[in-house]
Amino acid sequence: MNRVEISPEALLMLKKMQGIHGALMFHQSGGCCDGSSPMCYPLNDFKVGQADVFLGFVGDAECRAPFYMSGSQFEYWKHTHLTVDIVPGRGSGFSVEAPEGVRFLIRSRLFEDNEWAILEKEPVLTGQNH
Amino acid sequence: MIYSVPGTPGAVVNAKPQYENFIGGKWVKPVKGQYFDNVSPTNGKNFTKIPRSTSEDIELALDAAHAAKDAWGKTSVAARAVILNKIADRMEQNLELLAVAETYDNGKGVRETLAADMPLAIDHFRYFAGAIRAQEGSAGELDEDTVAYHFHEPLGVVGQIIPWNFPILMAVWKLAPALAAGNCIVLKPAEQTPWSILVWMELMADLLPPGVLNIVNGFGVEAGKPLASSKRVAKIAFTGETTTGRLIMQYASENIIPVTLELGGKSPNVFMADIADKDDDFFDKCIEGFVMFALNQGEVCTCPSRALIHESIYDKFMERALARTKAIVQGNPFDTNTMIGAQASNDQLEKIMSYMDIGVKEGAKILTGGKRKIVPGLEDGYYVEPTIFTGKNSMRVFQEEIFGPVVSVTTFKDIDEAIAISNDTLYGLGAGVWTRSVHDSYRLGRAIKAGRVWTNCYHAYPAHAAFGGYKASGIGRENHKMMLDHYQQTKNLLVSYAPKKLGFF
Repeated sequence: MNRVEISPEALLMLKKMQGIHGALMFHQSGGCCDGSSPMCYPLNDFKVGQADVFLGFVGDAECRAPFYMSGSQFEYWKHTHLTVDIVPGRGSGFSVEAPEGVRFLIRSRLFEDNEWAILEKEPVLTGQNH
Repeated sequence: MIYSVPGTPGAVVNAKPQYENFIGGKWVKPVKGQYFDNVSPTNGKNFTKIPRSTSEDIELALDAAHAAKDAWGKTSVAARAVILNKIADRMEQNLELLAVAETYDNGKGVRETLAADMPLAIDHFRYFAGAIRAQEGSAGELDEDTVAYHFHEPLGVVGQIIPWNFPILMAVWKLAPALAAGNCIVLKPAEQTPWSILVWMELMADLLPPGVLNIVNGFGVEAGKPLASSKRVAKIAFTGETTTGRLIMQYASENIIPVTLELGGKSPNVFMADIADKDDDFFDKCIEGFVMFALNQGEVCTCPSRALIHESIYDKFMERALARTKAIVQGNPFDTNTMIGAQASNDQLEKIMSYMDIGVKEGAKILTGGKRKIVPGLEDGYYVEPTIFTGKNSMRVFQEEIFGPVVSVTTFKDIDEAIAISNDTLYGLGAGVWTRSVHDSYRLGRAIKAGRVWTNCYHAYPAHAAFGGYKASGIGRENHKMMLDHYQQTKNLLVSYAPKKLGFF
């Protein structure tokens, strides 16, 4: 049972970016312009806050990136399952994939009742303590 | 009237095949010689090449800015104001050219760029030209022989990172006060919309001393990051989203410099029951106030994207609001009859469509719109139908900035509930209040936690009204003469005119 996963196309780009920047992480943004999009940064470039929620890792054994979101934003998002996808386009912000002419994008669905029953019992991990 | 598309016969502005960075008063090629294609969202076509700059280019721009800062900081406020006024005059003389360039670069209707973006930007320079002349320090008489003088001094060299939704106007919001206050600037335009500000810079190149304003283009990770994290900027100003805002604050904390952050919102637009007491001009104005969600294709940080309507007038109000929304003329951005144009980029289009999807999955109902629009002749442009959702404030389409022509509608039963729903959001940038009651308007206006509460109006952006956010919407303000302070240091001279010693030692 995961809260977040990544599409095969997005994972290919994540691997390419890992080759350039080293280990990576995602932080889901909110607000203006490129808000509501996931930002992909070199791991440890962005300081994960104590109140940030760790939703899980995306990727595979070869390329694995932790995915975070601010705790207050998570309250509004927690009932939805997220998939990191990728589309052509020109994002702004400092996300590493933008120079490739593509942008990571979140696709969402509601958790089913049986999934939610499991997740509800799982502790929500915050900060970097995971 | 339909303006010719740049690059076609009769166009008032055309793009060169390639642009360069503007550094030290000259057009300078990027050090690594890399460029990226610039796409017009109106038709999805590449139309010019823009420097893909790196930290080396940022350093060159910082060199030029630092070389210019002492002389510019000492230039009299009268002389600086003259230059700002000359910039305004030249913009006015080239208003159509700049408006069409902005439309081609961003996708918004030329009606808006002609009537709003450019006139507001022009007025902004004139406002700050006046404000800096009128600004004075102070002299405080602490006692008979002791005086505290307060002087305003420029910060020096500042970095500014510009969004793509109003490429020229948002640049001017940051440029005008910073220049007026005597700062030199390194500015990075948004990578989606770098062209129009370069067209603007070409027109203005001879008006500013070399190095006072430098423009370096490129991507956030390659050019924005070295600017935001530089030890050689005294301040960084950013308009964008929350995660990058946090990253910029983090960099700023490493250098102990101030930031101004404008990070968007999810603005409530509250319609009280008494607006429907009469079917008059004011009720009609309220309906227009609702449809303001579609202005600029919804790509406004203060888009009134949550409409809160009193349950007793819901049916009557929505019938009228729906008809007005369906009457929006969408299409060719170069036609002055077009009310809304294209979204600024393909990924924005995709993001908006992903919210149509999750909105429906969460049980929100679509009253109109909900689809991508194909505009004949502009089939590859990024157009979205104006969309009205109804649902609950806890749904994600009520909580996240979609940045498209999408409004989420819900009802409330009394003023307390209207306030509670308005404030049930992470953001606090804008809000709208519509009522015939002065009592309710004041109570709502003060109770809603947002930096600006438009009361019986919306989407007005005069230079002399402070703009900025509560909560996650950011830090600091833009517009208004108080903005000068955001680009100035305070120098206090504490002077004793007493000839005698204190007698302590």
